[in-house]
Amino acid sequence: MIRLERRPAPSRTWTYLAPLLAVLATMIAGAIMFALLGKDPVLAIRTIFWDPIFSAQFGAYSRPQLLIKAGPLILIAIGLSLGFRAGIWNIGAEGQYIMGALAGASVALAVYPMELPVLLPLMVIAGALGGWAWAMIPGVLRTMFNTNEILVSLLLVYVAEQILSAAAVGFLRNPEGGGFPGSRNLQSYASAHNAEIIAGSGLHWGVVAAFISVIAAYVLLQRHILGFHIKLAGEAPRAAKLAGVVPARLVLFCLGVSGALAGMAGLFEVAGPAGKISIDFGAGYGFTAIIVAFLGRLHPAGILLAGLLMALTYIGGELAQLMLGLPAAAIQAFQGMLLFFLLAFDVFGHYRLRIATGRTA
Amino acid sequence: MAAATGALAADPVKVGFVYVGPVNDGGWSQHHHEAAMTLKEHFGDQVELIEQESVPEGPDAERVMTQMALTGADIVFATSFGYMDQVESVAAKFPNVKFEHATGFKSGPNFANYSARFYEGRAVMGTIAGMMTESNKIGYLASFPIPEVIRGINSSFIHAQKVNPDVEIRVVWLNTWYDPAKEADATQALLEQGVDVILAHTDSTAPLATMEKSGGYGFGQAADMAQYAPEPRLSSIIDDWAPYYEERVQAVMDGTWETAATWSGIKDGMVGIGDFSDAMPDEVKAKAQEVMDGIVDGSYHPFTGPLNKQDGTPWLAEGEIADDGTLAGMDFYVEGVTGDIPN
Repeated sequence: MIRLERRPAPSRTWTYLAPLLAVLATMIAGAIMFALLGKDPVLAIRTIFWDPIFSAQFGAYSRPQLLIKAGPLILIAIGLSLGFRAGIWNIGAEGQYIMGALAGASVALAVYPMELPVLLPLMVIAGALGGWAWAMIPGVLRTMFNTNEILVSLLLVYVAEQILSAAAVGFLRNPEGGGFPGSRNLQSYASAHNAEIIAGSGLHWGVVAAFISVIAAYVLLQRHILGFHIKLAGEAPRAAKLAGVVPARLVLFCLGVSGALAGMAGLFEVAGPAGKISIDFGAGYGFTAIIVAFLGRLHPAGILLAGLLMALTYIGGELAQLMLGLPAAAIQAFQGMLLFFLLAFDVFGHYRLRIATGRTA
Repeated sequence: MAAATGALAADPVKVGFVYVGPVNDGGWSQHHHEAAMTLKEHFGDQVELIEQESVPEGPDAERVMTQMALTGADIVFATSFGYMDQVESVAAKFPNVKFEHATGFKSGPNFANYSARFYEGRAVMGTIAGMMTESNKIGYLASFPIPEVIRGINSSFIHAQKVNPDVEIRVVWLNTWYDPAKEADATQALLEQGVDVILAHTDSTAPLATMEKSGGYGFGQAADMAQYAPEPRLSSIIDDWAPYYEERVQAVMDGTWETAATWSGIKDGMVGIGDFSDAMPDEVKAKAQEVMDGIVDGSYHPFTGPLNKQDGTPWLAEGEIADDGTLAGMDFYVEGVTGDIPN
């Protein structure tokens, strides 16, 4: 008989092993699914995981794209991970991402076409403030009225999307756009353009900010009393209280930081790769970042790797679609498997598998 | 010539398609996809299709098109207006690949645009709506406030009013191209306000399904939706991109492809008009046919003066015909349409 036995303490080995096994299991299950769809499974897996990095034909293009795709994911996930560690659940990063982009783009479009050397930094600040303010709504509601921040932050995503479409067809619409929705393209506005720092590298300021956030989060969690409080609040709330942690302050800090980082991610995106505010500007980064945060074990270095891996499945998944004719739904299922297997293998972090005979049970 | 054909047979033309929605959305993307599939039937092994569905309008679209170009696409059809800036930038990077962008207004040496004069179809539907309404209230489910949709509202209203001077139009803005639940709710709300004929600029069959239960008349949009005939579906506007795609891919094969700004209507078959249902009295059928024939033979343009703008300022003088530039950027209602364009 097989049964699960709770471990006295979560296994460290499994904490690190689970993501690797999840990736491996996803590859195997994915290969089976691709084979059932009548595609060469080895070729499909190679197209997803290998070609974007190593293909001689287009690797030079898709490698930088990995950074562009991973940058916002990492930046948002780092912010989310702080709250998640403390048991504060910001599910609405997508909304904060949109509001940050709107706030930052508004600053640029307000002074258009004036060339200002400080414009991009100002936009970054505005973007961070926009995301921060949007995250403060669930923060303040939770601290003052004890509302559930999961629901409030999630529902505010839909509000943000409405504001986004109002902006794209209304107050931020490009007056020279022939009546089409969408703002001016910030890529053609030199002061506001978040251009690649080295052309063709994919490295724009948002990617740099993502790397900095990884280091800052690491230092915060390992070296700072606040980081200790965050971890304590998540792992032992009663002990945290005794240690003098003020829950309200922690809620506001975690939601504020995650909102500000998501807002910055939105700003870097709108001023860089996306270029403009459009109706479907929010492409789901805020939600995917939740997966990235957990896949990375809420650990800064893990999130860095998880963000790159997620970007790889996106870009490789696209390649598989267009080169092998796989349907988009199969790629989404493949990405879903990753989280599914991660959660499945996580069980072994908390439980031990026991094979016992009937009598001893 | 024989040598050229031989070379073609060995090396198929690679045709890329980028869709904004899933290829089974029942509307816009599905029609482009189905037209792409007819290329396969028409050209057989001479074409190789590479398709990508559900591509958001932004950096993802740029990456997808770049990847298509890098993996050997000869021609790429970007089938949503929001891809315009991305097509422009990718086309500049790959001068040897041809790009075709649907419903936009930019172009370049290897960057053509194409669109359909759906407002011609709206003229026919508007005529039918104006004659069929008993409450003199017609409804319009509008998607996004872009010129394409505003043209449709104006054309519908102008032609409803021509056959029924007392008609009013109620416009509901849904901010989506495809959301069956929202479309059904809006349809129900319009019916409850006494509207009895509804035109839709959203792509699902939900409005017709709602009217089948709750009454009222509607039209097929993008697809024929003949399963709802004879009632509530009276006729339909059908998107048919296949002839255009065949022509353009053929041009690539022949080496005769040139950039162009194509805006075709009923005459060229890009806008199809579905069969008139038997729920329509003969006089309505005849009138609708007359409007359609006039558009096809060129004797009638749906935007012919005298027409005023909503605020009463003159737009077109008696007999004056709207120019394509104004139509392409239309951002105003004509006189008689109530409500505001969201801004």
